[in-house]
Amino acid sequence: MNWTAIWVTCKLASLTAMALLVIGLPIAYWLTFSKWRWKFLIESIVALPLVLPPTVLGFYILVAIGPHSPIGRLYSDIVGQTLPFSFQGLLIASILYSLPFAVQPFATAFEQVDRKLIEASWTLGLSKTKTFFKLIVPLSAAGLITGTVLSFAHTLGEFGVVLMVGGNIEGVTRTVSIDIYDDVQALNYGAAASTALFLLVVSYAVLLFIYAMNRRVWAVWPQK
Amino acid sequence: MAAEVAIDLTKTFPGRAPISAVLKYPLEQATALVLFGPSGSGKTTVLRCIAGLEWPERGSIRFISRTWLDTRSGIRVAPQHRQIGYMAQDYALFPTYTVAGNIAYGLGALSLLERKKRIDEMMDVFQLRSLETAKPAELSGGQQQRVALARAVAPRPQLLLLDEPLSALDVPTRLQLRGELRTLLNRLALPSIIVTHDWAETLSLGDVVAVMGEGQVLQVGAPQEVFCRPANASVAQIVGVETVIEGHVIDEANGVATVRVNGTLLKGLGRYEIGSAVFVCIRAEDVVLEQGETLTSARNHLNGKISEIISHGVMVQVKVDCGFPLVATVTRGAQEELRFEPGTPVVAVIKAGAVHLVPRCEIR
Repeated sequence: MNWTAIWVTCKLASLTAMALLVIGLPIAYWLTFSKWRWKFLIESIVALPLVLPPTVLGFYILVAIGPHSPIGRLYSDIVGQTLPFSFQGLLIASILYSLPFAVQPFATAFEQVDRKLIEASWTLGLSKTKTFFKLIVPLSAAGLITGTVLSFAHTLGEFGVVLMVGGNIEGVTRTVSIDIYDDVQALNYGAAASTALFLLVVSYAVLLFIYAMNRRVWAVWPQK
Repeated sequence: MAAEVAIDLTKTFPGRAPISAVLKYPLEQATALVLFGPSGSGKTTVLRCIAGLEWPERGSIRFISRTWLDTRSGIRVAPQHRQIGYMAQDYALFPTYTVAGNIAYGLGALSLLERKKRIDEMMDVFQLRSLETAKPAELSGGQQQRVALARAVAPRPQLLLLDEPLSALDVPTRLQLRGELRTLLNRLALPSIIVTHDWAETLSLGDVVAVMGEGQVLQVGAPQEVFCRPANASVAQIVGVETVIEGHVIDEANGVATVRVNGTLLKGLGRYEIGSAVFVCIRAEDVVLEQGETLTSARNHLNGKISEIISHGVMVQVKVDCGFPLVATVTRGAQEELRFEPGTPVVAVIKAGAVHLVPRCEIR
């Protein structure tokens, strides 16, 4: 088993899940409570990674963070490195790729919070931010955990985006899925089998956890 | 400037007739305003506008010297800054917090010690001591109502807004809590606005009544005045109880109370303490008018004289003076057959079950 690849993958998945918890909460909050009539435009953009082939998504991310784009240039001016084929670039790509897996369970959980409870909190003098942390977050805890764990699991298994944006650099961007692919290409079936089994067990354990937590609902795919 | 509440607002929901409420009443220490009307009359919307949970497209809301809303000058005070206590119809208790946690929820501005003291005080006032660590799902309807009230009044609001505070309860609990609520509001010296569709609640809780119908405030006044002298036919129809008069319980036996009203004795159903003040409420259609003494099973036979006859098409409203003014309705045919005219002596017959007694714990 390639422990370096497993370490890179776990680091990537954990950081992606944590970043999505921070970025996904305000996006999900806005999607749930905004009364803007064109909200569906943003909703569709958030859901895009669900339907786009990873290569297409990876291609655009690669172009967007490349040295010829404003974002890529700004990054290299500040940090002194380029984003493509680096762990940081891969992290950005992973965050975008797993965005719907975090935002949709978050938004579904927020939607299920009774508006009357939120109103009661307001009349008791709590600002919208305080109401969010003291009332909405505890009430949607299951959804928040589901979204975070799902984005972690989804990042564990990503392949196309990693290949496009991260390349295949040992110890930096070579993740488990790519390692398996390399092993198979090199006819090294024994190593591929053990790594594949590892990924299968971890993914199964993660889903078991989510389903056990939300026993009554179909939690992986938010119902809308 | 005299303390008063002044509301003038228009709120339209898409696809429905606009709700426009104009309402002004003076405020004493614990004045309770009841917004009374049938469901769909817009009373809850008006209450939610006062709470700041609904934004009218036009209008103003003033509470004593503060302006909470004025669309003309662009003043919009958020619900967080109105210092109100608000209780929704189904109480909206926070399911993840305990009883104590719910009550403490709005006390974030207090110091730890102050907060502890306030929670203790609420536990005593609302008799929640034994439920301190219970979650809302474990409570009965009456207990939930007490927790919701305690939570709403704990931050010492300037005004308490109650949306159908008793309608989610079963009948015996409702009757018991109706009296307790009135006592409590007086004890807290807290002005309140209460939404209800129940006329008995209106009489027992309200100092001022605003009758709402079809999105409009139709009449504002003291409860008795509104019930006995409705401003127009719509109010009369909404109120539906034509005779409301004060009396005192002088005797009670086997669930039948005897009430003295201006020297006339009436029998009504219910157990009340002797000496307690009640409103005697009688619907006009429950009064039978006869000429001469007859024997019936009805407990009340009142001798009186017709003082006024008002025609309403096929029905005729007859006002009878029998020691107190009593309103009856008869058909035009009956009126002609019995030759009812002002001055005609009649006997008003009312079953004890049709004499509704609403306790009125007037403390002030």
